Amino acid sequence: MSTFLQQLINGISLGAIYSLIALGYTMVYGVLKLINFAHGDVYMVGAFMGYYLANGLGQRGAQMLGMNPDGVVGRGLLGGGTLEPSLITALVVMLLAMAICAAIGVIIERLAYRPVRKYSRLTALITAIGVSLLLENGGQVVFGAEPKFFPELFRKRNFDLVSGVTINSADVVVLIIALALMIALQLIVYRTKTGRAMRAVSFNLQSAKLMGINTDRIIAFTFALGSALAAAAGVLVAIRIPRIDPLMGILIGLKAFVAAVLGGIGNIPGAMLGGLLIGITETMVVGYLSPTYKDAVAFAILILILLFRPSGLLGTVAQEKV
Amino acid sequence: MKRILIASLVIAGLMSACQQQNGGGDKVRIGVFMSTTGTTANFGISSVNGIKMAADEINAAGGINGKQVELLVQDDRSDASEAATIVTKFVTQDQVNAVIGEVASSRSIAAAPIAQNAKIPMLTPSSTNPEVTKKGDFIFRSCFIDPYQGAAIAQFAAKTLGAKSAAIMVDRKNDYSTGLEKVITGVFTKFGGKIVATQSYQEGDQDFNAQLTSLKGSNPEVIFVPGYYNDVGLIAKQARDKGITVPLIGGDGWDSEQLYKIGGTALNGSYFTNHYSPYDTEPKVVKFVTDYKKRYNSTPDALAATAYDAANIMFDAIKRSKSLSGPDIRDALQATNAFPGVTGTVTFNQNRDAVKPIVMIEIKDGGTYAVRERVNVEGTAVAANQ
Amino acid sequence: MPRYLRNLILALIVIGVLVGLDFVFQAGIINPYYTRILMLCGISITLAVSLNLINGFTGQFSIGHAGFMAVGAYSSAYFSVNYGMNLANSLGGGKLGWIVALLLTTIVGAVVAGIAGLAVGIPSLRLRGDYLAIVTLGFGQIIVVFLNNIEAVGGARGYSGIPIVKSFFWIFLIAVLTIVIVYNIVNSAFGRALISIREDELAAEAMGVNTTRYKVMAFVISSAMAGAGGVLLAHFDGYLNPKSFEFIKSFEILIMIILGGLGSIVGSVIGAIVLTILPESLRGFAEYRMVIYSLLLIILMITRPQGLLGSANAFKGFRKRLRRLTEGPSGTASSATQSETSVGGDRR
Repeated sequence: MSTFLQQLINGISLGAIYSLIALGYTMVYGVLKLINFAHGDVYMVGAFMGYYLANGLGQRGAQMLGMNPDGVVGRGLLGGGTLEPSLITALVVMLLAMAICAAIGVIIERLAYRPVRKYSRLTALITAIGVSLLLENGGQVVFGAEPKFFPELFRKRNFDLVSGVTINSADVVVLIIALALMIALQLIVYRTKTGRAMRAVSFNLQSAKLMGINTDRIIAFTFALGSALAAAAGVLVAIRIPRIDPLMGILIGLKAFVAAVLGGIGNIPGAMLGGLLIGITETMVVGYLSPTYKDAVAFAILILILLFRPSGLLGTVAQEKV
Repeated sequence: MKRILIASLVIAGLMSACQQQNGGGDKVRIGVFMSTTGTTANFGISSVNGIKMAADEINAAGGINGKQVELLVQDDRSDASEAATIVTKFVTQDQVNAVIGEVASSRSIAAAPIAQNAKIPMLTPSSTNPEVTKKGDFIFRSCFIDPYQGAAIAQFAAKTLGAKSAAIMVDRKNDYSTGLEKVITGVFTKFGGKIVATQSYQEGDQDFNAQLTSLKGSNPEVIFVPGYYNDVGLIAKQARDKGITVPLIGGDGWDSEQLYKIGGTALNGSYFTNHYSPYDTEPKVVKFVTDYKKRYNSTPDALAATAYDAANIMFDAIKRSKSLSGPDIRDALQATNAFPGVTGTVTFNQNRDAVKPIVMIEIKDGGTYAVRERVNVEGTAVAANQ
Repeated sequence: MPRYLRNLILALIVIGVLVGLDFVFQAGIINPYYTRILMLCGISITLAVSLNLINGFTGQFSIGHAGFMAVGAYSSAYFSVNYGMNLANSLGGGKLGWIVALLLTTIVGAVVAGIAGLAVGIPSLRLRGDYLAIVTLGFGQIIVVFLNNIEAVGGARGYSGIPIVKSFFWIFLIAVLTIVIVYNIVNSAFGRALISIREDELAAEAMGVNTTRYKVMAFVISSAMAGAGGVLLAHFDGYLNPKSFEFIKSFEILIMIILGGLGSIVGSVIGAIVLTILPESLRGFAEYRMVIYSLLLIILMITRPQGLLGSANAFKGFRKRLRRLTEGPSGTASSATQSETSVGGDRR
């Protein structure tokens, strides 16, 4: 029983990450009807931004100050000094990475997606594939192809819950932050004017334009938001599993997309639910069946969902109009 | 129609760009194909470093019989088909005299038939799958093969550590790992041990919590992890996080500076078989390590060392060879006898595999290695899985 | 002269040319490196043209092509290794024996791939556009995962020992056959049905075209030809690894037909050739190769999404429709209402 509980906890931790990335997918799809293949790669860029912020700034900063670089992580932004590994450091690094990736998301949208908006969705999809490839291979050139080791942003500890079931403090942090971000997103989308504009654009782009909404800006904002979430996921994952490489976003991006579809694409609580479900299912399959079929799990779920309930678990069934 | 014409011109232009300068008679050309990008980029990069250092050393000393060595280094992006194309280019367009590569057995296997067909000798410094040298008599390998390595690992666990039960974490995506797993299972059982759990993962995975949780339940005394350093580091870390305290044992795929960087103290007290230890006090090793450190600013791992040796073995053979033709170099290679390498003395047996000793390394706190044992694999162990 | 006689003579001429070229290449006059590239081009042509049938002419966005290649490659490899060699030897071990064995193994590969196409197509082709793309991608991945686990074909370690057949004649015969088959399909009533499905599926259904049946048929034929391409690949280097059939491979072929222009057979051929040779000529910039690739793709999509020969296709009359298909109406307010109901836009 304790093994089962442990696996459940493992699954929830994994699922939280999928949820975060799925949120970005679902938002962009809801607004633009575009599967942003590059989303998983923004997640990767987020992880690397976190790496350079934490590593480069911290250690080189210390060296420049003539201090001992060991154990030093982030250069102080709150005035002077250097930051020790702690929760605050992790949050700061994460927020900075989020900001950078939000900017990157907006740039990608402006340069690559806006020019093809007037073309068919097929064209937009292929452009997304192109951007994804560019980020991956560009990442290999710029960051270097071999995996890097993400520095420890805060000391991790194990907590024993029930007998034999341990949970790591990193997992707890990931869960809490993921939850907080999701709640924040929900608030933005349903309680603010911009959020209302986003929902309007997702219903009908042309009508929203006619109602005076600056659709370009709303779309840019959506991308920024989604990319920020992906970056957060990237940093959080890197905290849990400290190895990052330029190709880490491909598979996880696809699985997160499956999570979004599972929950109902365009539906925010659906993305959260989908992510958790996929995370748990995957972990259970690995733990109880065979780890080699791990990657097939997400795709199998996708196929089943699209066959039997294409609108997703929490989505509304749309009638096809002529 | 105009567009088709333009397209044809473009194609013609591209084809002409595929030109490569034709070799001169004044140099010894050696084609080197490695994977310097990808999840095991470190292996490729280390190997290329070792080979380049050997080439520069010999060129500085006047070359081979007065001729300078020219290296053509290509990255195969960890793709077998790429490797085959590169070697095709080497033996045709670039007219190399010999080929060195690859690290991964799958790519060596893909490229070997091409070298064999063209009668150009190929030497792999670190592919351990027995299949590689079976491809033909022009294919050589200057490291031990998996059956040998796996037997050493299993024997060490059963006899030296006295373990009666063990679990295995194998990388299913990786022929090196699955090959070793088979051998380890067979030999360990032959020594009276019992494999209580087998879990698998795939190269590049990040999350091993599910598998480790399952493993923990079966209470093994040791865990065999015959994978690559990338994953092993994470596995060790997550295992310790889960409360698994028994030692981990692996093979030469562990060897990299990155291993301890990723795994940290989680690796203390674990073991792996290797071609050599950079902390060995033998003068030859010390000189190699010092020179490498000065040139590349990092400690050479076993792949750099075996590649360095492979290059030197090749140079030595070319020196002894009657001419620069493929068959002559091949014969000289086969005749290599007790070549003093950094990773031990090398002689090729009738399968063109190198007969060399294996060291069992223990990882100490801080990341340094101690040579725990020079394993003498018992005859019965090796025969058990031929 | 009667149609069939003219076609027969045409076929004989083509075969004659192929045999002649085969002799030339076998004689080794031309550098084996170039020959290798040429033969890889031939394989790419087969793969690109077969993908174009389903993506370009039927308008179904499938990006799991590599999966069918893999199925064809592995099944024919298994056949060759376990039965083919014996067959060839039992027929005297001479040229005839080899030809028969090769023929059989190709048929095996194509048929199994076709069956896989049927298995994948029937559930998937109910979906549209983006969803179909992701599902086909998913199936492609699942196939790779399964191949990684089947020990009989080497699993993740790869399958070696496949008899190597580097025959210019064979490769280009298959390529020519693929082109001929697709060309004939497109110019037939079957092809018209496919194109009608691409143009407006609902309207086609309303006009009595059994869209599901035609879509599945096109899918099966396309997969079978992809399987044939896979057979060629398997016997090219004698070694297979599931890693070579991941979705990046599907993308590579997709880029070929996008570059050449969807719905244009000649375009696919050109796209296949250009994108097979390009990596070789960029070998000097090995590091930046993929970066240049992806940049090219993005720029291509922004500037000329219909590809090189996009507006030229088998049906001259449909040129205008095709342009609107890939370009879509421009985003002005006046065409706002048009975009919901006309060709292009977001039905797919």
